[in-house]
Amino acid sequence: MSELLINFSIAILLLPLVGFIIVVFLGKRFPKFYLFEVILLGIALVLSIIVLYSKLVYLNTTDVTASFTWISMSNSPAVGSISIELGFKIDNVTALMLFVVNLISFLVHVFSIEYMRGDKRYTRYFAYLGIFTFSMLGIVLTHNLLMMYIFWELVGLSSYLLIGFWFEKKSASDAAKKAFIVNRIGDIGMFIGILILFTQYKTFTFDVIYQQIASGILPFESNAWLTAAGILVFMGAVGKSAQFPLHVWLPDAMEGPTPVSALIHAATMVAAGVYLLVRIFVMLTADAMLVIAVVGAFTSLVAATIALTQNDIKKVLAYSTVSQLGYMVMSVGVGAYAFAFFHLVTHAFFKACLFLGSGSVIHAMHHEQDIRNMGGLKKKMPLTYYTFLISTLAISGVPLFSGFLSKDGILAGTLAFGKLTGHWLIPIMGFTVAGLTAFYMFRLVILTFHGKPADHHKYEHAHESPFVMTAPLVILAVLSIFIWYTPNPIGADAGWVLKNWIKTPTQVTPLETRFEFMKPTNSSRDSKTEVHQEVTHSVEYTEAIHWAHYPAMFLSLAVAALGILIAFIFYQWKKLNADKLAGKLKLLYNFSLNKWFLDELYDKTAVAGTLNFSSILAWFDNKIVDGIVNGSAALTRFTSKMSGLFDTFVVDGAVNFTAFFSGFVGLSFKKLQTGKVQTYIVFVVFAVIILLVFFKPF
Amino acid sequence: MIGFPILSIITFLPVLGMFLILFMKKEQPNSIKYLTLVITAVQVVLAVVLLANYNYSAAGVYEEKSFQFIEKFRWINISGITWLGDVKIDYFMGIDGLSMPMVLLTALISFIAAISSWTIEKSIKGYFALFLLLDAGMMGVFVSLDFFLFYIFWELMLLPMYFLIGIWGGPRKEYAAIKFFIYTLFGSVFILLVMIGLYFSATELMTDGNRVHTFNMIALMNPANYSSDGILSALNPNNLRLIAYIALFAGFAIKIPMFPFHTWLPDAHVEAPTPISVILAGVLLKMGTYGILRVSYPMFPDITRQLMWYIALFGMINIIYGALVALAQKDFKKLIAYSSVSHMGYVLLGMASLTTVGVNGAIFQMFNHGTITAMLFLIVGVVYDRAHTRGLNDFGGLAAQMPVYTGFVTVAFFAAIGLPGLSGFVSEALVFIGAFGANATRILTIISTLGILLGAAYMLWTLQRIFFGPLNEKWATLADLDKREYAMFIPLTIIIIFLGVYPSAMLDIMNSSVNSLVQFVTTTISTTSLSGL
Amino acid sequence: MLQVGLTHFLIISAVLFSLGIYGIITRKNAVMVLMGIELVLNSANINFVAFSRFGNFGLNGQVIALFVIILAAAEAAIALAIVLNIYKTFTNVNVDEIDHLKE
Repeated sequence: MSELLINFSIAILLLPLVGFIIVVFLGKRFPKFYLFEVILLGIALVLSIIVLYSKLVYLNTTDVTASFTWISMSNSPAVGSISIELGFKIDNVTALMLFVVNLISFLVHVFSIEYMRGDKRYTRYFAYLGIFTFSMLGIVLTHNLLMMYIFWELVGLSSYLLIGFWFEKKSASDAAKKAFIVNRIGDIGMFIGILILFTQYKTFTFDVIYQQIASGILPFESNAWLTAAGILVFMGAVGKSAQFPLHVWLPDAMEGPTPVSALIHAATMVAAGVYLLVRIFVMLTADAMLVIAVVGAFTSLVAATIALTQNDIKKVLAYSTVSQLGYMVMSVGVGAYAFAFFHLVTHAFFKACLFLGSGSVIHAMHHEQDIRNMGGLKKKMPLTYYTFLISTLAISGVPLFSGFLSKDGILAGTLAFGKLTGHWLIPIMGFTVAGLTAFYMFRLVILTFHGKPADHHKYEHAHESPFVMTAPLVILAVLSIFIWYTPNPIGADAGWVLKNWIKTPTQVTPLETRFEFMKPTNSSRDSKTEVHQEVTHSVEYTEAIHWAHYPAMFLSLAVAALGILIAFIFYQWKKLNADKLAGKLKLLYNFSLNKWFLDELYDKTAVAGTLNFSSILAWFDNKIVDGIVNGSAALTRFTSKMSGLFDTFVVDGAVNFTAFFSGFVGLSFKKLQTGKVQTYIVFVVFAVIILLVFFKPF
Repeated sequence: MIGFPILSIITFLPVLGMFLILFMKKEQPNSIKYLTLVITAVQVVLAVVLLANYNYSAAGVYEEKSFQFIEKFRWINISGITWLGDVKIDYFMGIDGLSMPMVLLTALISFIAAISSWTIEKSIKGYFALFLLLDAGMMGVFVSLDFFLFYIFWELMLLPMYFLIGIWGGPRKEYAAIKFFIYTLFGSVFILLVMIGLYFSATELMTDGNRVHTFNMIALMNPANYSSDGILSALNPNNLRLIAYIALFAGFAIKIPMFPFHTWLPDAHVEAPTPISVILAGVLLKMGTYGILRVSYPMFPDITRQLMWYIALFGMINIIYGALVALAQKDFKKLIAYSSVSHMGYVLLGMASLTTVGVNGAIFQMFNHGTITAMLFLIVGVVYDRAHTRGLNDFGGLAAQMPVYTGFVTVAFFAAIGLPGLSGFVSEALVFIGAFGANATRILTIISTLGILLGAAYMLWTLQRIFFGPLNEKWATLADLDKREYAMFIPLTIIIIFLGVYPSAMLDIMNSSVNSLVQFVTTTISTTSLSGL
Repeated sequence: MLQVGLTHFLIISAVLFSLGIYGIITRKNAVMVLMGIELVLNSANINFVAFSRFGNFGLNGQVIALFVIILAAAEAAIALAIVLNIYKTFTNVNVDEIDHLKE
């Protein structure tokens, strides 16, 4: 059975890659080959359903792993052999994720057949979707940090390619670049975290690392390094899951085709960060968890406040995605592990549905994205409207829908966390966001589908989308209903997902680094060596969760209802004028509309700073470093010129002077040499006379 | 083992080719080109033969008998000059895991550069003759095990390079060529000095029982061969080993090029014709780091341990500084040149870690940088051939006009960024893992990781400026790649992807040598006295 | 009674020598210069003969005087030949203009 799971998983992983290779190399010659990609994805979906079923039914408590050695360095001095392994680990989380990713990916493929029709790079688009799916499945299946990082970067690549798919638009290529680079910032942190772990444990494999932590081996023998490793690896999630302060890329990523936004930037890739946190949950210390919780809560609040005022249908959804991801991250931070993953799954379905719905609207409105120009589409596009509404109800946390279950669980978790640790700010932020979410989502629904059409011309041409586009919507909307997860619409705990499938694993961190409530209270403290076995929580935590259950539910219902009510007051019944209110609160309104001015801040500081610094360095390089080189060359030339001059004038000068002097003397005596014999005789005579006079021989 | 002197053949085959070309008629440019292509292709075949017969477990490095394909005989033998003593210089070639990847790289890059040279039009005969001489020089450096021979090849390769840049280069070719030549010659002087110092400090035991001074690299690595009065002997309390190490390092560092000795590189690259840029970045830069690993490390293990932090520091500076300066460039080729500076920083960082993983990563990075940067320079060449400009801001929208080209560019750029699945990632990751693992270089490693961010920034910005956005009407007539260009890009792309997915193919070649090197450098005590004397 | 002695001969010889030198130096015509040379030679001859007569050198002086006369004849012949050649070359025999030795 386990071999079957592994083989199927390999097949699932490789099918989209095969599709990619076929389409990218043959797509130009055979435009119809994009269908390969869709069909292969369909096969992968079937396989993943089989994997999910067999894992949950037959191997519910056993995890399946398989690995091979990728790089091996044997006999390293002082270390022994180092081998880097790649491999799969299939537990319940993996199996569920496999299904979710494959399903949404398949639906998006189907949706895109119609949505992207007529695009000049139609086949290329499917190839990119294929490589994305491959990379995402790699993240899901991996059993080690390195492979996680590898596929982490590969989804970054496919995200880059797909955001910049319409690269003729500057905004699209800007957004693609921004996404990749901002993600890289997080990835650097993640990589350093991985380095810390590898340096200590000589392995990347999750389970081996956790076993060693559990047996008391810490990175560099210090709890601080363990915390640091946790936070650093979490930085990867901050980038990929668009957490504050690196969330700025996700809204810009909406430049990509809308189905891509649904698949990558709402349902799967951005959730990879949460998936990573779920994977490393057991090694997170209390300090790391607190950081994670605060980052998550703050992100969800920031994003929700920004979503309030956005007018682009995709931007609203994008910020709502950021906000919901903040929820999930916060949930991991407060120890509500199971709910974090549960919310990931439910969110994937309803957010994909929302995005595809918005795609359907945009398609119908001929690429109009501003909700102020929409309205009244309910009549024209009933199917889109109802699926959109269901998803909106789900995300707003209305009972009977999936979102309520997971969101309520998270809020209860934060409430319990507040009670146990005194960090009440986190639940307060959580509930505020719940209210804001309900408000802006209904604002979106009302402005888009209700009321009167704002742009009659476009409205007249609007039409319901064809079947291949609405079918995915319906499937996703159906999956947003509670019944798939639990028989009890207000109690997720009773459902099979949480009761049987997803369990919070035991933490492996040293006891002194855990939250009080994360310490097991029973005597079986030595069970800490067992990884992923039982729930980690103490009795107090269970009690606190019980205590929080009903207050959280009522409170979340209340804020959701309030949010929806306000949305209706403002936009449906128009009892209050939103624009007037905005005028009164101009400062706040602008702050929200301009996304807290974070983009501007980053542009002015980090981006401009780096670019200026690089210009300065380039100048330094050109003028100073190269200047020194050229200067020394010039100096050498100057010296050689000087010595040349010395040579010419002093050394050679002396030689020439000798010659010149002889010449001069010769010249002066030349005058005496008349050439006349008579003159010479005169000289002789005088000479003789002078000799006689001088020597007086007589 | 192979029955013929394969290393001599692989080294001197291009010289033979050069002479053939000199006897050919100028009016037959194509036969000259094809001859060059055949010679380099045979070199590739020979390199593959080497690889096929390569013993993966033989370490080499400091042990003469575990070198492979050894060719050794007495070459220069002067005796009877009393004040000089006996001068005995060997013709000594052999390869181990440090040089095998470099031999493969040299053969490959020469072959690709030969294809790329097809567009050369000016005095073809001279060009290809010099090209082959350059090829011989590079190959010789990587296979020599005698310091003297090594130095001869090291210098031999300068001359053709000088003319290739100076005659076939761009507008400022004279300046660039002279700068390159003088700068590298300046470095060589240091190497020469240290070489002579080592010669007089060490002796080798001959079979007849006499000890004679030697240039044999393997003998020079053995601390037992040093006499106590040699100026570069650790036994001599007044030795000059530290200074010698720094001088030697500077000589090699100029070639790498290491900050602050790097400024010849951008000029040389910008002016050199495309194939020469390819060779320059693909092979020549590796000679610097190869020299450090082959000469500085094992001959001065004590000083290496002492200075590793500084080497790592310079590695870090190279990474960050090169990337930042690249970010500010407006010339495509200059940008790639500075990216080379940045990428060679990884090699330095990995080497400085003195861990198996790090040094493996460094050598692997040398190979990968060779293939990736070669591809990047070919890319610049393709666009320059067509548009006759390299300004980053002159383009836009080429992705729609030249989709296949853009595909190759994307692969090369992302390989340079270190995208997993492509070879650059593996080597960079190994470098980081290794350097992080060594206590001394940990903080520097953390700072160096910024390089992968900056690398992504300048590469993606370049990609955007040249290939994305609306198509500049001026370039609406540019043609996509032709068959010859496919022939250059496809082998490199395949290697980049193959080594990204299956890095062991290369890592296994070097692993035992690297282990042996690291073991030797980290544990050798240089003050071992002359045993048995 | 004036006794003609050696001194008188020497005085005549000196006068002749001086006249000869004067002629050599001042005459422009080459033939005249040659004649000056003859005078100088003859003044030397007078000296030889005088010393032979009044000194006790035997007949050596007279023999040498004969040699000088012969030499003078030969010299005159050669010199006149040279003068003739000079005349052929330069069309005059003015020694001032024949200063090619200068070069």
